[in-house]
Amino acid sequence: MGILSYFRQKKPTSASVAKERLQVLVAYERNQRTQPEYLPQMQKEILAVIAKYVDVSTDDVQINLDEDCSILELNVTLPEKN
Amino acid sequence: MAEIIVVTSGKGGVGKTTSSAAIGTGLALRGFKTVLIDFDVGLRNLDLIMGCERRVVYDFVNVINQEATLNQALIKDKRTDNLFILPASQTRDKDALSVEGVEAVLNELSESFDYIVCDSPAGIEKGAHLALYFADTAIVVTNPEVSSVRDSDRILGVLQSKSRKAEQGETVKEHLLLTRYNPSRVEAGEMLGVEDVKDILAIPLLGVIPESQAVLKASNQGIPVIMDDDSDAGQAYDDAIARFLGEDRDHRFLNVERKGFLSRVFGRKG
Repeated sequence: MGILSYFRQKKPTSASVAKERLQVLVAYERNQRTQPEYLPQMQKEILAVIAKYVDVSTDDVQINLDEDCSILELNVTLPEKN
Repeated sequence: MAEIIVVTSGKGGVGKTTSSAAIGTGLALRGFKTVLIDFDVGLRNLDLIMGCERRVVYDFVNVINQEATLNQALIKDKRTDNLFILPASQTRDKDALSVEGVEAVLNELSESFDYIVCDSPAGIEKGAHLALYFADTAIVVTNPEVSSVRDSDRILGVLQSKSRKAEQGETVKEHLLLTRYNPSRVEAGEMLGVEDVKDILAIPLLGVIPESQAVLKASNQGIPVIMDDDSDAGQAYDDAIARFLGEDRDHRFLNVERKGFLSRVFGRKG
């Protein structure tokens, strides 16, 4: 088992880590470029409203606007209940 | 009408000036009347890479300010026919360039040249913006490294929104030039490969220039590396020019060269 798993579990190469990080970052930054200018402010204000009732942080809210501005998608990750 | 090419990258030190010198020389060697313009006002270096640093009398800013005519400022390359260099000013700052001034110079050059190659400064500020603003075609120089790839994507965003073509609802033609490529590190999983960078940036690949000792050797002597046709980098630039002009050439220098028995024994130098 020990020897087998040594051969099986290959650590991801640093290049593949780089690619994955870049793909996430570039997708995010492209999205930022194409979004309307009011979106960050709107995100802040929506977050402020939600934070009044639930304990959430900036990272828990994602707002996406599709290209022709017809659908506004709002994702809020609520804290887990204990 | 000349085709205006910008050599750009966002990040500094990736090989814009080396590539500009090689591309301009390559086009001129194929018979096209070509001018290389250094847009890096305050930090000019194209003159040094082209080996004409001691022949600079007037510069780009002098022409814009009408302190000299274009003919006075253009330096004719001594090695290659059809090739001219318009150096940047070393004493002013980037604010010495203006949209109108640059446009007037490009219009005048456009009458008599086939290609205008604009060597962009690093960054995304005024100098870099002006270098790409009038471009028909962009050659985005990228190293297989995270910060360079990210900055290239950023510059692509600028090309797609802030160039004159974009403002007119057209698109600037984009090419990827991957430089300082090290096949053995790619093979070892230590460096992003061509396909990885292509996947992320999603623009057509013009060429891959291997990391090469020939580049430093060429810049030491002030000779564009494309003139060193025995070298891997010189040949890779030549391939890129051929592709730019529509030829179909396979990409070379992407894999680790396995040394043959004889060259290993006799230690032939690459």
